[in-house]
Amino acid sequence: MLIGGFIIAVLAGLVFLCGKSSHGRHLRWPLTALTLLLLINLIFKPGFFTVEMTSDGYLYGSLIDILNHSSKTAILAIGMTLVMATGGIDISVGSVMAISGAMAATVIVMPKERFALWGLDPAAVAFGAAVLCGLLVAVAAGAWNGFLTSGCGIQPMVATLVLMVAGRGIAQLITDGTIITFDDPLLSFIGNGHLLTLPFTTWIAWTLFAIVALLTRKTALGLFVESIGNNETASRYAGIEARGIKWLTYIINGFCAGVAGLIVSSNIKCADANHAGLYLELDAILATVIGGTSMSGGRFYLSGSMAGALLIQTVATMMYANDVNPAVIAVPKALVVIVVCLLQSDVFRQKLSRRFHRGAAQEVDA
Amino acid sequence: MEILRTEGIEKRFRGVQALRKVDFSLEAGEIHALMGENGAGKSTLIKVITGVYPPSGGQVFLQGKPVAFPSPLEAEKAGISTVYQEVNLLPDLSVAENICIGREPRGRLGLIDHRAMRRRAETALARLDIQVDVAESLSSYSIAIQQLIAIARALDIDCRLLILDEPTSSLDENEVRELFGVMRKLRDQGMAILFITHFLDQVYQVSDRITVLRDGQKVGTWRSEELPRVEMVARMLGKTVAEAEAPVDRNGSAAVGEPVLEAHGLGRRNMLYPIDLDVRAGEQVGLAGLLGSGRSEVAQLLFGVVPRDSGQLRMKGRLLPQRFWSPRKALKAGMALIAEDRKVTGIIPDLTVRENIMLALQASEGMWKTLSRKRQQELAEHFIQLLGIKTPDGEQLVKNLSGGNQQKVLIARWLATDPQLMILDEPTRGIDVGAKAEVAALTRKLCVNGMAVIFISSELEEVARGCDRVVVLRDHRRVGELNGPEVCLAAIMQTIAGQG
Repeated sequence: MLIGGFIIAVLAGLVFLCGKSSHGRHLRWPLTALTLLLLINLIFKPGFFTVEMTSDGYLYGSLIDILNHSSKTAILAIGMTLVMATGGIDISVGSVMAISGAMAATVIVMPKERFALWGLDPAAVAFGAAVLCGLLVAVAAGAWNGFLTSGCGIQPMVATLVLMVAGRGIAQLITDGTIITFDDPLLSFIGNGHLLTLPFTTWIAWTLFAIVALLTRKTALGLFVESIGNNETASRYAGIEARGIKWLTYIINGFCAGVAGLIVSSNIKCADANHAGLYLELDAILATVIGGTSMSGGRFYLSGSMAGALLIQTVATMMYANDVNPAVIAVPKALVVIVVCLLQSDVFRQKLSRRFHRGAAQEVDA
Repeated sequence: MEILRTEGIEKRFRGVQALRKVDFSLEAGEIHALMGENGAGKSTLIKVITGVYPPSGGQVFLQGKPVAFPSPLEAEKAGISTVYQEVNLLPDLSVAENICIGREPRGRLGLIDHRAMRRRAETALARLDIQVDVAESLSSYSIAIQQLIAIARALDIDCRLLILDEPTSSLDENEVRELFGVMRKLRDQGMAILFITHFLDQVYQVSDRITVLRDGQKVGTWRSEELPRVEMVARMLGKTVAEAEAPVDRNGSAAVGEPVLEAHGLGRRNMLYPIDLDVRAGEQVGLAGLLGSGRSEVAQLLFGVVPRDSGQLRMKGRLLPQRFWSPRKALKAGMALIAEDRKVTGIIPDLTVRENIMLALQASEGMWKTLSRKRQQELAEHFIQLLGIKTPDGEQLVKNLSGGNQQKVLIARWLATDPQLMILDEPTRGIDVGAKAEVAALTRKLCVNGMAVIFISSELEEVARGCDRVVVLRDHRRVGELNGPEVCLAAIMQTIAGQG
């Protein structure tokens, strides 16, 4: 109860600050929605906020679940934000996750003798090779998407549809049509381990967020991406290599999908080509849109996308905690998304405030 | 005898007035040329006459009777046939089918009578003295023949009015001569022909009368022999001849230094015939010509927006590569281009003034060497002050600025890169008079400081007043150059018109 009140107070404070600062304005509505959802929990289900320490020294509870399970969506949303900011979209990330998971699983189950190199511990080398191969195929997939879209000028939705459909087939080819299960402690740690009491996936997501945020804001990449998304022709005239930059965003996005793919397969300790990351591209796009990045490109907000991912997962976890049938969870999720998107729409807010002001004016008249 | 008359034709597209009270008349047995710059309203007028667009006001009369065609097909049935620039026939069908399509002769049971169709096609082609096998597919003939076949199709419907919209743009000289022969023959048979072309020479070769449109208004109709070329150009540009011949005050030229840009044989197929162009330090060279004469194309090829097919470029004597030539490379070689159409090729509306100003400099530095925030702010403040950009501060979004101030932001963007050659393409379009004068004064100052400037503008006075040298383009070719004291409005117009 105390923790819950504290968290909500902090969030409410953040919402207030975001409303004041021009840098954080995009965070206002997703954080407001998050605060309201948590408030509902605080009132009706105080147990939601219980966080306990296990004997192994991990924290667990619904809040930790949210942090843990939102990380896949968050990681995908980081890459998706950049792609969408250039005016593109990548609907293949779910399939790319399956590919990277399949690749890592295939490598990790190879006989350990093969990894006895340079006198290093074969288990560590195998783990390194699995992660590296998984990420490399994901980056290659991103490069392919970039080639089709910015290289060949195919519409992003159509170009990435190719890999969305074919990707799971490719994953099947890699695993030879079987579901590969593995029991490697290192690889399992990625999706199941804990570091400093928190789930390891949370660390991955927020570290990646920090790296990409630095990469875009401390170099000119962010400026170029926003410029291209806002007016690609003019950006080219200004000397920006628009094609190369767009290509790069798809590669970064592929890398993110690769990381998310490793987490999923590590989490369930197997590579499931058919179900790993299924429909997760949609959550990533939603999180990005909720975070204030426009689908038509231009300004982008990585922190907004992170907040969006948290919001989506909070809704889902709330439903689980209230024993809602998992099959219908999509419905309340859709409602929350609609409300946040409406609040973000300038047109809708103007209409709303006009109505409100008219009401106020009538009262004065009376 | 009058075939077609329009009275007070108006056409508005979402607030844009494309045609304003156009009264126009066309007689049987004449070739009538419709002239005007791009956007003057020629195509719109034709589309209103042939029923592609309904007019917003006014009335079209065909042989004295008011008509309003709901579609081009109805116009065709009434005897108005149109041949467009691109042949709009079906390449895989036979010549005969193309000529008769839509009104095929029917035999019993409503089936197509192929023999009758071939006979009709042959008759139509015979009127034009063309020998082709009507059973062959259309695509087996050259574009010129296809164009003539399109005309034959027009003849087959027993048309009284033939409209040719830029028919000669894809033809070579012999083919043009052949087409003109056909046109004269049809005229002598009593047909009215309305002819649109960009090529000034051709107008005088065939047409009996000329109507000039400008900004959607009719400037006037003249008999060809009564309208000297210079006057026609002056009319198209919206000047009187007296105005054109009035002397222009010219600012003193700066000391001219070393060559900065030397271009040899710069060109690209279907875009620009190879031209030579050189610009020296401290010199302002104007590119003059009608809209669509190839002025902007020169800028685009120089700056690598569109890759060039041919041509050697040198900047300060250093040869620039042709392969993979791009705006970024041009920028790094010391060029700057303020392109026409600011909204599309210039401003990034949702970025701030500061970001818009630093953009090109940052692009030339590359992604990794980020300009520090402090440096960005200094740049923005420096140029806001230097150019007098009216904005509360550098953090304002550029889309909130007026057109003239947006243009200044773009000039700032390129000045920040410290270029050796500045290309300005229509820098004064769509900005108010005061801002125009400021831009002109600024480019002058740049020259004095030793920059080489290429100045492109539709406003010939601006070119005449500001430039040390003027290169004149016509029909995507370089047709002349005026130097120092020769630069004046009248001389530029005469060169554009092809006399002088």
